[in-house]
This record gives sequence, structure tokens and C-alpha cells, in this order.
Amino acid sequence: MASIEFVKVSKWFDRQPVIQNLDLTIEDGKFTVLVGPSGCGKTTLLRMIAGIDPQTSGSVLINGQDVTRIAPGKRGVAMVFQNYAIYPTMSVRENIEFGLVNNKVPKAERTRLVETIGETVGLNDYLDRRPSTLSGGQRQRVALARAMVKNPLVFLMDEPLSNLDAKLRVQMRIELIELHKKLGTTFVYVTHDQVEAMSMADTIVLMNQGVIQQEAPPEVVYRKPSNRFAAQFIGVPPMNIAPLGNDNTTFGFRPESVVVGTEPGSFHYTAKGEIITREMLGAETIYQVKTTEGQAFMVKCLEDEFHVDQEVYLGVPADKLFFFGADEKRVEEQDARYREFMERLRGLAHG
Amino acid sequence: MDKKRIWEGLRPYVLIAPAMAGIMLFVMYPVGYLIYLSLFKYNLMNKDKSKFVGWDNFTQILGRGDFYRALWNTTIYTAGVVVLTMLLSLLIAVWLNKKSRFNSVVQAGIFTPHVVSIVSISLVWLWLMEPNQGLLNYVFKLVGLPSSAWLQSSKTALISIIIVSVWQAIGYYTLIIVAALQSISPSIYEAAALDNASKFKVFYKITLPMISPQLFFILIIMTIGSFKVFDTVQVMTGGGPNNATTTLVYYIYGFRTTNIGYSAATGVVLMAIIGLLTFIYFRLLSKKVHYQ
Ligand SMILES: Nc1ncnc2c1ncn2[C@@H]1O[C@H](COP(=O)(O)OP(=O)(O)OP(=O)(O)O)[C@@H](O)[C@H]1O
Ligand SMILES: [Mg+2]
Repeated sequence: MASIEFVKVSKWFDRQPVIQNLDLTIEDGKFTVLVGPSGCGKTTLLRMIAGIDPQTSGSVLINGQDVTRIAPGKRGVAMVFQNYAIYPTMSVRENIEFGLVNNKVPKAERTRLVETIGETVGLNDYLDRRPSTLSGGQRQRVALARAMVKNPLVFLMDEPLSNLDAKLRVQMRIELIELHKKLGTTFVYVTHDQVEAMSMADTIVLMNQGVIQQEAPPEVVYRKPSNRFAAQFIGVPPMNIAPLGNDNTTFGFRPESVVVGTEPGSFHYTAKGEIITREMLGAETIYQVKTTEGQAFMVKCLEDEFHVDQEVYLGVPADKLFFFGADEKRVEEQDARYREFMERLRGLAHG
Repeated sequence: MDKKRIWEGLRPYVLIAPAMAGIMLFVMYPVGYLIYLSLFKYNLMNKDKSKFVGWDNFTQILGRGDFYRALWNTTIYTAGVVVLTMLLSLLIAVWLNKKSRFNSVVQAGIFTPHVVSIVSISLVWLWLMEPNQGLLNYVFKLVGLPSSAWLQSSKTALISIIIVSVWQAIGYYTLIIVAALQSISPSIYEAAALDNASKFKVFYKITLPMISPQLFFILIIMTIGSFKVFDTVQVMTGGGPNNATTTLVYYIYGFRTTNIGYSAATGVVLMAIIGLLTFIYFRLLSKKVHYQ
């Protein structure tokens, strides 16, 4: 087990900064998920931990020890690559035990380990097959087994489920959560899928353009997003955001917090609008509503009561409203501006 | 309706007919004619005086010392060229694999001999290897090495020809291997680094198997090509001194006017040897070659 720490880490590619002066601590034994849009530097961060593409400046610490000068194979980390990176010339067994052979683990011990791990991931019938004869899900298991068998201090996973079909993905997600519970090691998991992040993480590290936006447990990121980016990245559909004035301040509310009715209700924020689109998803229905002020809001309802072109009233309770200052940061309830913003919004709704 | 069906059936054959005609005319017919000739004591002046002699030419070949000499020379030449070229081009390719400006210049430079005619190359080396005025002996003398007779001694003539052939072939095969190396996904190497694999281990457990199809291809192409060597010998030594560099094709060439039936029979033997070698290669090695 191990904690990971980034201290003033920067990474440049061809004179282009990708990450600058990043500080981050990943706690020991936690399932940490790095999430963010494509190209924000998640893979770059992971590769710096593994040491296969070291930082330009700053230092990476594993268990308090600076590992800058330690070779990837000696850092006690195992990585599951996005494309699996299975050795195509070796059988499944050879793939799994390659790391053990290199670490001079005796043969009997190796065989035992490979078979135990093969059992865990359900690959024992395939140990003597070539990777090219395996399905995508099986290959992914080989990649996982290869990482697990080394009993690493840190597990690094780069979008390991992105190539799987939806059903297998959900199944593997649960298996990974269980695996983490069983092993208790530090997991660092990269994804750009916010559902994966929400369902698996102990801690979410949300990144955008090489900068950490928020670092918190999933429910905190959902309930108390630190800024507009975080508010709009987490949640499907994303949070509705609308201007609060001409000074770049905004307010927002989640599609699932809206109460829709044919009569105006008594909410802190109400708006009259017309339904433009309707998506019936089974358990829930998503409407797009265009207000008389010309704002388009997404609304999520459990009941499927309305139809397109119908006139409806939207209502949001006071405790479900979010406010963002001119700097796009969220304004906390304790903040002096909060009351002012609440008043401003009331004025907006009525006038 | 019926006409259409016949056309449907015929169409594929009609479409491949031009290519097949070419193959028949330029491959099948010459090979057939070669075998036909090998059974005759052929008279070039008067075709009617040609005599069918059956296996005579072949028994003659197998009973003659100079044939075995030529076969031996060819084998040594082939082994030398194949082993040296493969080792050197593999080494150079691994070295050139890192992408840099300097490396692409070297790559272009090393490929140049391939576009120059082998005759010109042979002539230049003939001059370089001249024992008294040649550059090679001059350089040898400068660095204090004993000078060599190169092409003029039966001891060193064959190795000299091997050097020229290797020098000419290296660039081309290096390029093939570099292309093979660059098709290997870098993430495999990263995974190996995380698996704590040594450089040597990575090379023989990952790199070599990954490029084995190309290496196998090079092995076969070069073996066949080297068994048929002719131009270098013709230009540089004419088979001498004292038959030290007479290779099979040059041997065949030697009988082109005096005994064409015997020439043809040797050609057939050469064909059989190459076929056999290729067969053995496939038998021994094809299991070790990793195809994606
Ligand atoms: N080898 C490289 N050379 C140059 N630029 C690179 C290199 N690798 C990554 N980058 C750049 O660094 C930035 C971050 O890349 P990174 O691969 O970390 O993104 P990511 O967050 O993993 O994205 P994704 O979700 O698409 O995998 C990108 O803008 C990318 O163009
Ligand atoms: Mg990535």
C-alpha cells in the first residue's frame, strides 16, 4: 500500500505545457478516480506515476519517497493500459508471469500465483492461448491479471473499460470495486466517463486543461461542485446554468431538482416555458423547456405527463439553487454574496 | 438466359487470362524448356544434331569436382552474406529506430547503395581493393594492419566478394527492419518496463518475435538471391583466382556456348537446391515465426 504525492509537477510536450505546478495527494488504500474531458492530462498524470513518461519538473513521491530516479519496474506500481498492451507473442500464461520471471520469482511459486489469479479473473481455461484468439473482454482480463499478479503497491488503470460493451462494462465495474475491497491497495483509475467516476470512486479528482478543478468524494462533487465546470461535468444531463446579471455571475440548478407543473407553484425560482423536446428513457423522461426569457433548460421527471409544445411552469426550491460568481467559482451559502444573489434571482423570476 | 450463365462461369477465367498468359510465357515455358534442354546433348550450330541423353548430364554433374567446388563456394558465399547482412542490418536498424534528424540522414545514406547498379559498385570496389594502389590497403597500412591481396589471392577473394555484396544489401534490409520495428506499439515496451524487464530480455522476448516475419522473409529472399549470385563475380574476379570464386550461376554461364545441355542441367540442380532449402526453412522455422 502506498500514498502518492505530486509536488509542483509540470509536464511539457514539445515546448507546450500540459500540466503546470500541479499539487495532488492520493491517499493510501483509496479508490481515486481521475476524470476530465479528453486531452486534459489524465493519462499524462498516470504515466508520471508509473515513470514511463517522467515529469519535466517537480517531483512525484510514492510513500513519501521521491521516485524520480527509480525505474518504472522498481516503483511497485502496476498499470492496466487503455489498449491493454498485451504482449502478442506470448501466451496468456507467459503474459501474466512475465513480470514475475523478471523479478526472479521461483517457478513453483509463479505457477501457483498465475493459477490463483487466473481463477480470480476467470481465465484458467485460456492460459495457453495466444492473445490474438481472445475476445476484447478476455484480453482486458489478461491485462488486469498481469497487473494483479505482481501484488503492486499501486494499481494504475487507464480507461480499462472503454473498449467493452455496455453490459460487460457494468459487470467489470462491479468486479473492480470488489477487487479493490479485497486487495485494499491504492487504485488510481482514469476515465472520462462521469458515471464510472461517480459509481467507483472514493475520491474524484476532476481535471480540466491540466488543472485540478475539484478533489472530493463523489457526493460532494455532486452536491457542492466547486465551480461551474465541475457543476456541468458531473450529472446527466448537466446542470442548467443561466446568467444572473450582466456581470458574468450565474445561477444553476440540476435537471432532477426541477418541479414541473401546469400551474405556477410557490418556489424560490419559477419560470414559464414551453416544452421543445421530450426524451422518454423508460424510468425517467427528459424534457427540454424554453422559457419566455429565451433560456433553454433540461428537466428530468420521473413521470411522463407532458407533451411537446405544452406550456409548463418550472419551479426550483431555494436549497436546490447554485450560484457562481464572476470568477465561475461557486458561492457558498455562508458567503455574504449568497443572500444578494438569492434576492437578485427572485427579482429575475418575477420581473 | 443460358448465355448469361455461361458468361458468369467464364468471367473469372477471362479476367485472369492475360496474367496467366504472361506467367505461362515467361515463367512456365522457360522452366519447362530448361528441364527439356537438360536432357539433351544440345548442338547450338545444328539443332538436328542434338541428341537425347536422358540423365547423362545429371550423372556427369554429380561426378565432377568443379561442380562441387562451385557448390561449396556458393554455400560459403550465401552463408556469409545472409548471416552478415542480417546481423548488421538488425544492429543498424535497432540503432536507427530512434527518430531523429540525424538518423533519417543516415537511413537515406545507407540506402543509397541499393539504387546504384551492382556493376558500378563492383567496379568501385575493384579499385578500392587493388592491392598496391587501392584505398583499403592504404588505410590498413596507415593504421598498422597487414595489407591483404583481396581479390587476387584465392584465400581472400571469396570473402572480398562477400564484403561487397553485404555492403550493397545492408541498406535495403535495414530499411525493412526499421519499418518492422516502428510498427511495434510503444505501449508494449512501456508494459515491459513496468514488468521490470532488462534491455536484453525485451529484445529477445519482445522485439525479435515481433519482427520475426520480416526476418524470415529476409532470410528466404536473401538465401535465394545469394545462391544465384553472378554479376559481382563476373565483374570482379571472373570466377578466379583458381576457381576460388566460381559460384553456381557463374559455373552455368561458363558452359553457355560449349555445352548448353549441361548448363541447363546445372540450372535444374540449382533450382532444386533452392527449392529444398526454402522447404527446410519453412519446416524448421515457420513455427517460430509470429504472425499477428
Ligand atoms: N507524446 C505527446 N506529445 C505531445 N503532446 C502530447 C503527448 N502526449 C500527450 N500530449 C498532449 O497532452 C495533453 C494531455 O494528454 P493526455 O493523453 O494526458 O490526455 P487524457 O486526459 O488522457 O485524454 P483522453 O481522455 O483522450 O485519453 C493533450 O493535449 C495531448 O495532446
Ligand atoms: Mg488518456
